[in-house]
Amino acid sequence: MYEFVSGPLVWISFIVFIGGSIYRLVSMFKLADKEKVIFPYMSLKYSLRSLIHWIIPFASTNMRRRPFMTIITFAFHICLVLTPIFLLSHNLLWYQSWKISWWTMPERTADIMTIIVIFTAIFFLIRRLVLPEVRFVTFLSDYALLTVAVAPFITGFLAYHQWLPYKTMLILHIISGEIMLIAIPFTRLSHMLYFVFTRAYMGSEFGAVRNSKDW
Amino acid sequence: MTEPAAEAVVDPGIDEKIKKLTPERIESTINKVLTKGAAARLKVYLQTCVHCGLCADACHFYLSNDKDPKFSPVGKVKQTLWEIIRKKGKVDGGFIKDCSRIAHTECNVCRRCSMYCPFGIDIAYLLLLVRRMCALLGVVPQYLQDTVNSHAVTMNQMWVKQDEWIDSLQWQEEDAQDEVKNARIPLDKEGAEIMYSVIGPEPKFLAQLLGNIAMIMAVAGMDWTMPSFDGWDNSNMPMYSGDFETMARVERKHHEAALKLKVKRIVMGECGHAFRGAVYDGPKWLAWKEPPVPIIHAVQFYYELIKSGRIKIAKKFKEPVTVQEPCNIVRGRGLGDMLRYIMRATCEDFRDVYPRYEHNYCCGAGGGVINCGPQWKKSRVKGNRVKAEQLKATGAKFVVTPCHNCHSGIEDIVEHYNLGMHTKFFSEILIDVMEIPEDLKVE
Repeated sequence: MYEFVSGPLVWISFIVFIGGSIYRLVSMFKLADKEKVIFPYMSLKYSLRSLIHWIIPFASTNMRRRPFMTIITFAFHICLVLTPIFLLSHNLLWYQSWKISWWTMPERTADIMTIIVIFTAIFFLIRRLVLPEVRFVTFLSDYALLTVAVAPFITGFLAYHQWLPYKTMLILHIISGEIMLIAIPFTRLSHMLYFVFTRAYMGSEFGAVRNSKDW
Repeated sequence: MTEPAAEAVVDPGIDEKIKKLTPERIESTINKVLTKGAAARLKVYLQTCVHCGLCADACHFYLSNDKDPKFSPVGKVKQTLWEIIRKKGKVDGGFIKDCSRIAHTECNVCRRCSMYCPFGIDIAYLLLLVRRMCALLGVVPQYLQDTVNSHAVTMNQMWVKQDEWIDSLQWQEEDAQDEVKNARIPLDKEGAEIMYSVIGPEPKFLAQLLGNIAMIMAVAGMDWTMPSFDGWDNSNMPMYSGDFETMARVERKHHEAALKLKVKRIVMGECGHAFRGAVYDGPKWLAWKEPPVPIIHAVQFYYELIKSGRIKIAKKFKEPVTVQEPCNIVRGRGLGDMLRYIMRATCEDFRDVYPRYEHNYCCGAGGGVINCGPQWKKSRVKGNRVKAEQLKATGAKFVVTPCHNCHSGIEDIVEHYNLGMHTKFFSEILIDVMEIPEDLKVE
């Protein structure tokens, strides 16, 4: 079992993740070309201006209006993306298979970042359940997506601390990570891919056409 | 589908039209819009939205209806587009009725929400797509559809015939001459520097504004003209009903009038949606990146006249005055600073609003909502309590509204919430405070 999920399944999920992402982006570009009014209005300057205002915490009005939500959102996304990349044990696996490695974060830091992901995800869950404007637009799929995103961190945390049977947790951890990778291009987790482009388009339209700010 | 948020309104444009719909027609029309009428933006926006609800606080309808989630931008998309897509267009007439109510009367497509969405999703665009579906199904609030019909037949919004148009101009020219000697409204002057265009309601029931511009042009000594023929109306209601083919005809006609008169540029009267139609939404549909003749809004024009000293201010307006920033020229064109410049130049006691600039609240009337008619007035005014609170906080006695929709919308709000204010177009202030040169003074 372990051999299967840590061998062929890893290959499959990475191929699906990378291939699927490329496919989604290529089809987006094709559709944008078909729509005719997208590319002529794109402006690098205003795309970057918009992106900068939305990837720096508190640089946009809505972020300042909701400071707590802003901190939680940034903490969640930063930890979610960086932890798996710079985790020592992940690096060791890369080294074992491909003889490549890069900087790794101290295990204690990774541990804290994992806890941050789990707790911020719980915050998102509560927010979904409690705030009427969010609950109104919540579907089962929203809970599913949140579960997919947080499952690798919960299982990883449990596996690392070996509070539950290590081998089972490890297999569950690997599977949940693979599910997440596969899900990114084909679910609304693809906001990871599209974010840059939706922002860039709106930034261009607001900047180049409308001569105003979009933050 | 959830319960209708507003109390039931009778609108034959919707109620009668849905009776004629068949399931096949609904399905094929919707799918045509989804596959042929939209592409990358629709698909990517739907895939990117994480249902976070952060856009809610942007919407005056949501804020004014005690944060009822049915009025949040994403809530409106959920009740319309998501449902349509989930059911692959297999929805019934009753559902289309709700779609029209939500998209035509409960959203001003003001685009404030796209500044609150972390992804910059153009939620107004999604609701315009819903309007498009409704329009292709013939389901449009009756009053709005009537203006669209007028556009389609007469190329102006108010069924104004050419003789009536010319007559109104001549009448106003005469009236203007009572105030400013030699004030004229030159018709069809080829090669003039400026073509001035207005919206249909000006000759219909706000004719004094035509007289105002005649005085202002005379005092500033401008070389200008107005077309006596179709194309004089720069307004565009089909842009808001979802009848984009007619929208394009109207815009093309407007620009062609300017080309025919060989003017250097078009100056538009104080209207926001007309500016949106002429400067970006219209040209976009016509596949023109830029309008063929440069266009400026009245606010830009007055800014030029005052800043350059072509018009001097004799005595400033004394009463406390605030301003309504029209979405389509401030969020839509960044004219907030120019607007403040001309306000301060002409008014002694200018009270700024908060939130302001791009973040100002919509008047609640724009986006075709006020044109949906009197039966929708109650929900429209109720849906903009925040605007009343915002204006009240300024303590001003007058509100300058450099946009026709804002003007009527703010008037309704002022009345409903007993704000004790009066609305004015900027030109009304300007003719009061400008210095009329000696040689143009009427003895």
